[in-house]
Amino acid sequence: MNTISLAPLAVVLPFIGAALAFILIRHTRAQRVISISILSVTLILEVILLFSVWETGAQAVNVGGWLPPVGITMVVDQFSALMLVVSSAVSLAVLIYAAGQGMTDGDEDGPISIFHPTYLILVAGVSNAFLAGDLFNLYVGFEILLTASYVLMTLGGTTPRIRAGVTYVVVSVVSSLLFLITIAMIYAATGTVNMADLAVKLGDLDPGTQLMLHLMLLVAFGIKAAVFPLSFWLPDSYPTAPAPVTAVFAGLLTKVGVYAMVRTETLLFPGDRINSLLMVVAGLTMVVGILGALAQTDVKRMLSFTLVSHIGYMVFGLAVGSVVGIGSAVFYVAHHITVQTSLFLVTGLIERRGGTANMDRLGGLAKLSPLLAMLYFIPAINLGGIPPFSGFLGKLGLLEAGVDLGTPLAYLLVAASVLTSLLTLLVMARVWNRAFWRTPEDAVHPDPILLATGAGGSSLRNSGEVVETSSSRFAGRNANDLLPRTMVYPTVGLVALGVSLSVLAGPLFSLSDNAARDMLDRTPYIEAVLGEGAGQ
Amino acid sequence: MSINITFMVIMGALYACGIYLLLERSLTRVVLGLAMLANATNILLLSTGGFQGLAPLFNAGIAVEDYNDPLPQAFILTSIVISFSVTAFMLGIIYRSWVLSRQDEVQDDIEDRRVASQSSFDAEDDADVPEDTTEFTPPEEAEEAPGSLRATGQSTRPEAKE
Repeated sequence: MNTISLAPLAVVLPFIGAALAFILIRHTRAQRVISISILSVTLILEVILLFSVWETGAQAVNVGGWLPPVGITMVVDQFSALMLVVSSAVSLAVLIYAAGQGMTDGDEDGPISIFHPTYLILVAGVSNAFLAGDLFNLYVGFEILLTASYVLMTLGGTTPRIRAGVTYVVVSVVSSLLFLITIAMIYAATGTVNMADLAVKLGDLDPGTQLMLHLMLLVAFGIKAAVFPLSFWLPDSYPTAPAPVTAVFAGLLTKVGVYAMVRTETLLFPGDRINSLLMVVAGLTMVVGILGALAQTDVKRMLSFTLVSHIGYMVFGLAVGSVVGIGSAVFYVAHHITVQTSLFLVTGLIERRGGTANMDRLGGLAKLSPLLAMLYFIPAINLGGIPPFSGFLGKLGLLEAGVDLGTPLAYLLVAASVLTSLLTLLVMARVWNRAFWRTPEDAVHPDPILLATGAGGSSLRNSGEVVETSSSRFAGRNANDLLPRTMVYPTVGLVALGVSLSVLAGPLFSLSDNAARDMLDRTPYIEAVLGEGAGQ
Repeated sequence: MSINITFMVIMGALYACGIYLLLERSLTRVVLGLAMLANATNILLLSTGGFQGLAPLFNAGIAVEDYNDPLPQAFILTSIVISFSVTAFMLGIIYRSWVLSRQDEVQDDIEDRRVASQSSFDAEDDADVPEDTTEFTPPEEAEEAPGSLRATGQSTRPEAKE
C-alpha cells in the first residue's frame, strides 16, 4: 500500500477522537484515554509519512478521487511532514500535561470536559493547514484551528479571559476575512485555488496584480504569525489562557502562520520582489519583540514577547530566500515549536509551585525544586542560543545565510539577530536569577507559599502539608499536588525532545535543506500535484 | 467577465458599514460588523464566478458555457457555516461578559483602554489582588465597574525595584 494515502488520516483521526470525546463528555477518564491514544496513533502515522517523503520529496493525495485542480488535494513534502510530526509530538505532550493537571485538580464535573474534544479539533485544524494543497482548504484548516482556539482561549469564562478572548477573536476573524477576500481575488484573477496550479498561473498575471495579491496574503498570514506591526494582539491575549492552552498556542498557532508565509513566498510568489520589505519587518519583529520582553515582570507575558521576537528569525530566513536561509528557517520553526512550548509548560509548573508567575514575587525555586530549575534552564539557554543546542544551530544557519547574501540590509539584520539573541539570554537569565536563585525573602512581594515552605523547611516536605495561606490559589495543597508527576513527565519529555533536536541536528538539517531546495525549485511540488511535466 | 453592478454596490455598502461597526466599542456592534464583513466577502466570492448562468446541475442537453461556476458557491457555503459558528460564539462571549460585568451596555474594551493608557504593561492583572477575591466582594462594591478593583490594586502597588 502506498504510505502517502495515509495522509488524510492525520486530519480525520483527531476528528474521530473529538467526536468520541464529545460522546463521552461525562466520562473524563475515558476522554483522556481516547484523546491521548488517538493523538499517539496520529503521531506514529505522521512519523511514517515523514520517512516516506524524506528521500522522495513531495507527494500528493487526491481526496475523494477528484483530480486536481478541481478536487481537494493534500500534499506532503519534507516541510509539511516535519511540521506535522513536531506539532503532533508537542500537542501530545501538552495533552498529557493537561490531563495530569485535570487529574490532580479534580475536574471531573467541571466545564473542562469540553477541553479534550476542542483540543483534538485544534490538532485536526493544524494538521489540515499543514497538509492543504489548495488555498481554500488552507483557509478551512485555519478556521478549524481558530474556532477551536477561541473556545480554549476563553475556557472557564473568567473576566480576564473574556476580555483577552474578545481581542483575540476579533483580530483572528478579521485576518481570516482578509484571507478569504484574497482567495476570492486570486480566484477571480486565475480561476483556480489549487496551490500547484496557482504556482503555474500566478506568474502570468500583471505584476501589479501579483504584488497586490502577494501583499494581501502576507498581511493575512502575518496577523496569524504575529509579525511585528501585526503582533500587538498576541502578548495581550495568550498569557490569560490556562497554561497548557497557552503552551500549545505559542508552539503551534503562530507557526501555522509562518508555514503559510513560507508557502506563499516559495510556491505562490517566488522571487525577491519584496524580500527587502520582509527583512525590515523581520528585524523590527525581533528587536521590538525582545524589547517588549525586557519590560515584563510576568513570566508568561515575557515569554509571549520572546515568542513574537523569535518569529522574526523565521521571517529573516524567509527574507534571505536562499536554500540555506529557508532551510534554517524550517529548522528554526521545528526548534522553536518545541522550545517555546516547553518553556510555557515549565511556567505553568512554576506558577503551581511558586503560587505566581510574577518575577517580583518568585524566589528560591532552585532550592525548592532542582528538577524544575533544570526543566527551565535547558530550554531557556536553548532559546537564547547557547552553542550545543538547536537554537544556536538554527541561528548560526540564519546568520550564515545573511552573510552569504552580503547586502547592507542583510548585515544589519545579522546584527539585529545577534542583538536579539543576547537580549533573549538576558531576559532568560533574569527569570533564572529572580525566580530560581535568590531567596524568597529577597523578592519584592514574595508569594506566601514560598515563604511558608522556606520557613517550614524539611518538615513540610515530609508531611506534604503547606501552611495555610489566604491569598494563594494553591494554598493548602501538599507538595505532590504542587508538582504532580503527570505534569512533570510530559514537560521532561518535551525538554528532551528539544535536546534531541540538537543531537539529531545533522539529519534534520539535511532534511530541512532538502525541503528548502525542493520548495525553491517548486517543480517537485507542482509535479506531485499536477503530474509530470506540469512545472515546466 | 461581466460584473453585476448591484453586487458591487451592495458589497461596498456592506464593507463600509461593517468596518464602521467593527470600530465601535460596543461588542454587539462589533459582531454585527463582522457579520456584515462576512456577507460582503460572500458577495465578493459570488461575483468571482463571472457571468450569470444556469444552476450547475448536470444535464446532457445544456451546453457547458451556460452553467454558472459552482466553485465560488461551494466556497460561500463553507464561509457561511464558518461565519455562523463564529457569530454564535461571539454572542456567547458577549452574554458572558454581560453576566460578568453586569452592565446593560457592553463596553468590555474600557479595560483595554485603561491598560493601553498606562505607561507600561508591567503590572500583572492579579499581581496583588488575587483574582478570586473579586468574586467575594460585598454587593455594593461589585456594583462598580469590574476594572475598579484592578485599578486600585495597581495604583497602590509599590513600584517594582529596578
